[in-house]
Amino acid sequence: MSMGSDMYRQQILDHYRNPRNQGELPEPSFTHEGYNPSCGDELEFDVALDDDGETIAHVAFRGDGCAISQASASMLSEELPGMTLAEVDALDRDDILDMLGVEVTPMRIKCAVLSEKVVQDGAEIYTGDGDEADRTTTEDDA
Amino acid sequence: MEATEQGPIDVEAVRADFPILEREVAGGEDLVYLDNAATSHTPEPVVDAIADYYRRYNSNVHRGLHELSQEASVAYEDAHDKLAAFVGGEDREEMVFTKNTTEAENLVAFAWGLNELGPGDEVVLTQMEHHASLVTWQQVADETGAEVKYIPITDDGYLDMDAAADMITDDTALVNAVHISNTLGTVNPVGELADIAHDHGAYIFVDGAQAAPTRAVDVQEIDADFYAFSGHKMLGPTGIGCLYGKRHLLAEMEPFLYGGDMIERVSYEDATWNDPPWKFEAGTPVIAQGIALAEAVDYLQDIGMDAIRAHEEALTEYAYDQLTMTDDVDVYGPPGDDRGAVVSFNVDGIHAHDLSSILNDYGVAIRAGDHCTQPLHDTLGVPASARASFYLYNTRDEVDALVAAVDEARQIFAP
Ligand SMILES: Cc1ncc(COP(=O)(O)O)c(C=O)c1O
Repeated sequence: MSMGSDMYRQQILDHYRNPRNQGELPEPSFTHEGYNPSCGDELEFDVALDDDGETIAHVAFRGDGCAISQASASMLSEELPGMTLAEVDALDRDDILDMLGVEVTPMRIKCAVLSEKVVQDGAEIYTGDGDEADRTTTEDDA
Repeated sequence: MEATEQGPIDVEAVRADFPILEREVAGGEDLVYLDNAATSHTPEPVVDAIADYYRRYNSNVHRGLHELSQEASVAYEDAHDKLAAFVGGEDREEMVFTKNTTEAENLVAFAWGLNELGPGDEVVLTQMEHHASLVTWQQVADETGAEVKYIPITDDGYLDMDAAADMITDDTALVNAVHISNTLGTVNPVGELADIAHDHGAYIFVDGAQAAPTRAVDVQEIDADFYAFSGHKMLGPTGIGCLYGKRHLLAEMEPFLYGGDMIERVSYEDATWNDPPWKFEAGTPVIAQGIALAEAVDYLQDIGMDAIRAHEEALTEYAYDQLTMTDDVDVYGPPGDDRGAVVSFNVDGIHAHDLSSILNDYGVAIRAGDHCTQPLHDTLGVPASARASFYLYNTRDEVDALVAAVDEARQIFAP
């Protein structure tokens, strides 16, 4: 069988069924949403920073979509606390694929990286480097 | 439709003409190709027609007096007659070759819509239109100040014909309706819509992308002003679509694209236009594709459109019944015994893209997404659906493979 079947390992399905950190934060430092047009996946992340204004303290997200996008958001929400915004900015596709721990088929990469891009774009807007109105999409990432 | 006089399809013999159906996918699984509404496969005689054209008489049409050009021109022009007749039109003057259904929609939208529509005019579409027509008429309306309206659908996926009768008025300039919905499978009463449109002096454009490949179509019986379909969905090559238009409409319409071949006489100041259909085929046209599509028509007609329709209706109903045996499956659109050869569905708790990825592991190729009907999916209240679609070479065993693979996905996702 192809590597596709590998995508749905127990860990992915567990995060999909029981997403960690799902919900809202009372006082987020920033909130950002994103969309993956190819699957119709939607994610919105709340991020609260420590007093240093640099380090992530708490994360929560809301979302709807395929198992890959939602599991990726759930797993990322567990990784983020303790990371600095600079470290978040340095994340790339390979870090996300390592985190997921499964082979993601080429057509589904956009699902996998949506969470990373949403948090990165949100951080960029928060630090003043991004355009306020931007809603993240994975379309330009093909 | 009358009871079919054509015998049942010899599916095994048909499949022998499609070598692609023998290939393996997903590292060793037999391919189960159920994505025919997106694109169909190409039988050997059609592949041969393309090869034969390039091997024996490849040349430009209408431009040379040499023998190759004559042969190509005759074959290309005859292909127009064949495609016109395929949908009940009279001859080549009613049949324009385009790139696909989408370009046929755009041709009429630009050549007719931009010139004829204005504030106060209405274009009436259905809620189940494909983006090919929906986006196109939206933009032309925006440009011209015309207004777009949508005939709603009922809960079971039929057009609300009472609403249609109210919505189509003397302000309506054009009705654009999909003949068979590529998402719901609904077979729309396009003849009835044509009557209503004509009672109000409006034209009707029928999107036949899913109908022309799968059943006998008669544009005169429908009284369609325009009828469009795509070669690649009816065993033909990619890169060719067909626009049937009533003779007088094509004659009156302005051109769509300008350039060589579409002109009659050109000076430094001005130009006059060639006759239809050539007026709408600017530049070197889709020669190999047109000739090959005529071969595809021969292939389909040898088997018989009524036999193809009967085969598909039986498969569709079987698939509908099998899929709805478990109550965690939602199938969208009309009942299984009253639809075209598409079945769009969702399984509780499994996103259509996850389902499609898992099905691929079992060799089963289906479409997952919005099938270019995003507004319709909004109406259905789902972001996406999985869609299986059948053609003349599909079998009940393949439906069983689909159902079994769906069950595997269900096991993987079981709580
Ligand atoms: C109903 C319908 N209309 C229009 C189209 C567009 O066809 P094409 O992509 O060949 O232009 C399709 C298929 O994609 C279709 O199913």
